[in-house]
Formats: sequence, structure tokens, C-alpha cells
Amino acid sequence: MEYEPVIGLEVHAQLLTASKIFCGCSTEFGAIPNSHTCPVCLGMPGVLPVLNKKVVEYALKMALATHCTINETSNFARKNYFYPDLPKGYQISQYAQPLAEHGKVEIEVNGGKKVIGITRIHMEEDAGKLIHDEYNPASYVDLNRAGVPLIEIVSEPDIRSAEEAGAYLKRLHEILVYMEICDGNMEEGSFRCDANISLRPKWETAFGTRTELKNMNSFRNIQRALEYEIKRQRYVLENGGSVAQETRLWDDAQGVTNPMRGKEEAHDYRYFPDPDLVSLTVDELWLEEIKRSLPELPLKKRERFVRDYQIPAYDAGVLTSSRALADYFEAVAKLSGKPKAASNWVMVDILKFLNDDKREIKDCPILPESLAQLITLIDAGAISGKMAKDVIVEMYETGKSPKAIIEEKGMVQIADEETLKKVISSVIGANPQQLSQFLAGKDKLFGYFVGQVMKATQGKANPQLVNELLKKMLAET
Amino acid sequence: MKITKEEVEYVAHLARLEFTETEKVRLTTQLNDILMYMDKLNRVNTTGVEPMSHAIALINAFRQDVVWESLDHELSMANAPETKGQSFKVPKIID
Repeated sequence: MEYEPVIGLEVHAQLLTASKIFCGCSTEFGAIPNSHTCPVCLGMPGVLPVLNKKVVEYALKMALATHCTINETSNFARKNYFYPDLPKGYQISQYAQPLAEHGKVEIEVNGGKKVIGITRIHMEEDAGKLIHDEYNPASYVDLNRAGVPLIEIVSEPDIRSAEEAGAYLKRLHEILVYMEICDGNMEEGSFRCDANISLRPKWETAFGTRTELKNMNSFRNIQRALEYEIKRQRYVLENGGSVAQETRLWDDAQGVTNPMRGKEEAHDYRYFPDPDLVSLTVDELWLEEIKRSLPELPLKKRERFVRDYQIPAYDAGVLTSSRALADYFEAVAKLSGKPKAASNWVMVDILKFLNDDKREIKDCPILPESLAQLITLIDAGAISGKMAKDVIVEMYETGKSPKAIIEEKGMVQIADEETLKKVISSVIGANPQQLSQFLAGKDKLFGYFVGQVMKATQGKANPQLVNELLKKMLAET
Repeated sequence: MKITKEEVEYVAHLARLEFTETEKVRLTTQLNDILMYMDKLNRVNTTGVEPMSHAIALINAFRQDVVWESLDHELSMANAPETKGQSFKVPKIID
């Protein structure tokens, strides 16, 4: 029987505010355990949480970027459960009236486009961090993360493969990072994902029993976990069994999912409105202000690059993979007036340098002005493309401008006809055998002569001019 | 009866509370009395009245995104029954 996977994803993204969602403790990562805590985030009795306005602004940005409907009034609720990383015994979240609903994002898979619906986006506080002792029956609690602001983005069950899941997550990640509201660091847990997945016969419209997957901390692991779970559920169903509704943890080392142990009754969170936090109202004026502050989003930028700079969609995709890289390319394109050349130099050379050194574009020693100058010099015929390849290496290593490097090394291109003619006639004179073969019809030897001229000039000859002159002079022989 | 003894036991478990048999019977009666009293409210005509989640008519109480000084580490840990290094120490939850 042919089965179809049905996947829905829950993404938790940590918002890049300076302070926590309901108190003024710092959100900085990696501080001494429990040094960023206060009576509010420690869950002391009698304290009053007060909502950080920036959290709402950031959440609204994401809601607008994913075409959600913003609820004019939304509320906070208490989600009740006991766990040592949750000091109050409840998490402040949004339940009945979330900030935003009914959104969508467009993804590309196998060259086709597909829309994935977003059920809701709501704000909530993160829990603390638990470290389990390997040798003793003890765990250690660090509450620095307790109260750090999160948005939860819940997708519709519109995803049909691990690949689509990956594309959807990368799109969300890209939008969050572009808007600078989340640093997107998956290792530090700033961008986390849980997955709900079930299988159903291809013709069926009702959903099968789902499992919930957790503990996947990279795009690759999420795809691997989903692929494994599709296979596992198919095996269970094909052998006449039924899938148990349960939470399963991804085991990266083994490459399998295992049921979470020690899980008791089904979750019963007994949500109710948090009386400490008053209703949140978002009016048109505020929404307009947020809309105006949105940057150009990656998909729009990609389309604009293809349209305005006439570069291939693939190149535009690479160049817009981060906002900083897109800005870099655009600066070079504008300064040089040669977008196609700018794209080539950035895609081939700059990205290679950066990849080799594991550097970010913001740390690139070659400034956009310098790269634009190099392109202009090539275009004016001052240096050849081949020479430019050496110059750019020097630029990357020293941070010097191309003009300075060319002067220092005496790398000026020979574009003087008389000089080149002299070189060419001596090359022709020195190779009588090749000359007679060429004249006898062995056209391929033309390249040999070009090579000899370039060699004699240490690569400084203007290749176009050499071609031209050589053709003329060989014909005259 | 709106609530059974089993429901009382279930809610008690969720709240991590333990009761004797006598207490369970008493709580079942008390919770039923409360819910029956609430039933009276259901008889009030609320057509056209928005559901209310707060007793005070206040909206949008915000703080600005400014970092304040956290508690002294020692004070933060002062109520902990057990600590290890700079962390709270608790019994292991998963094995």
C-alpha cells in the first residue's frame, strides 16, 4: 500500500531582546548559572510579571512576515505542569487568544512552489536548563533561561515529506534572521523544532495516529528523524500493527527515534487566563508602525535581484542567503555598475575565501569598494582577468586596494600594440615547426601561440589584443 | 453530582497532592457544592456580553526592554534545599 506522511511542525524561536519577557534580567547566553535571575523569573510568590514591549513588536514582525491575521486582543494563559526547570509550576504562554493566526509561507521543493499554512504564532516564556548528572541520581538547574522570550510558530499539517519540512524550516529561519529578531543559533537552542508526524493511505483524507518527535537540534537531524519515523511507521502499518500516540526522542548517534521513557498520563495542562497579565491590544496605528519597520524579505529580494540585476535565480538565491551577503553584493554591483561581474566575483572568489577560513561576510577583508574597483580596472583593460585572480588573493590576504597592489607588483597589463607585435613576431620566429603545421591547417595550434605570447609577457598581455594581433600576423605570414 | 471521586483523585495527582479516603470524600462534596453554586451563574442571561478574563479594565501594561540588575547569586539560591556549584540540585527526573 502507498502511504503518505502528514507532518506539522512547532518551531520555538528565541527573540533577540536584551531583557527577559516579564522581568529585567539579561537574556545573555553563557552566563554563570543562575546569575540572571530575580524574584519574578525564580517564581517567588507575590511578584508581578510585566510584559516586555519589544517582545510584542518582534512577534508582530514575524506574524506580518508570514501573512498572519493579527488578533486585536490577545491574552496570556498559564500552562500548568511540574518539572524542575519550571519554577512557578506553570509556564506563561498564550492559549485561547494567541497574538496571530492563519498565516502562510511559500517554499520551493523540486523546482515547484508550495504554500505551508501557519496555524498560529504566540508568545511565551522559556523554561530553565537542566543538566543531568551522569553518575548520580541528580540533575542541576540553571534558571538563566527561565523567562527568556520565545515565539512558537505552529504549522498546519500541510507538510508531506522530510524534504518539505527542511525547506519550510529554512524559510522560517531565514525570515527570522533577516529581520534580526532571532539569532537562529540552533546549537544554543535559539531555534528549536518539534514535529508531529503520521502516515495515512494515499487515498485517505482522515489523519492516522501521530507521534511527536523531539530532541532534533539541526536541520539535518530534523530531516533524518522524519525520514526514520516515516520508515518506522510504514513498517508498523504494513505489518498489521498500529502506531502508538507517543512522544519519541531522536537519538543522533544511533540514527533512530525512541519512545520517551517515564511518560505518564496524557498532558493535561489546565490552561486558564493569567490574572497577573492584562489583555494585550494591538491597534492599527501600532501595526502600521511595525509594517513600516519590516526590511525587504529574502524572497522579495531574490525576485528583485533576478529582475534588476539580470542574474540567474540560483545566483540570486545564494547571494540573498544572508542579509549581510546581499548588502555586500548590492554595494559591489552598484559601485561597479557591473552586477553580473559582481555576482561572479562574490559567488566564486569571495565565498570560497570565506568558506575556506570559516569566516562571515562581515569579517571579509575585501571591502565592497575594493572589489568594485577591481571590476572597474578589468573592465577598463588595465589588468586582465587572469591577473585579477592573483590580485584578489592579495587583496584578501592584505586588505589592500587593487590599485595599490597592481602598482606595487608592476602588474600593469600590456595593451600597447607595438610592444605586443614585437613579442608576437619573436614567438612566431622561434617556432617554425608549429608555424608550418598551423599553416598546413592545424588550427588548434593557434592556442599554442597565444600561450607562448602570454608566457613571454608573464601573463601581462591583454588577451583580447593578443588574439586579434596574432590572427592578423599569422594570416600575413 | 457533577464531580466523581475519581476526578478528584485525578486532579489531586496532577497537582501532586495526596489525600486520605476521608479527605477525598469531603473534597468531592465540597467541589460539587462549589460547582452547583456556579450553576446559578449560568442562569443569568449573558447575551451580548463579551467573555471577561480580568477583573480590572486595563490593557497594555508594558515595560521597556531594559536590563536591570539581577539578584545576588547567593540570594537567588538562598531558599534552595540543595545546591551544587552555582546550580540548584534536584532529584533526577529522567534516567
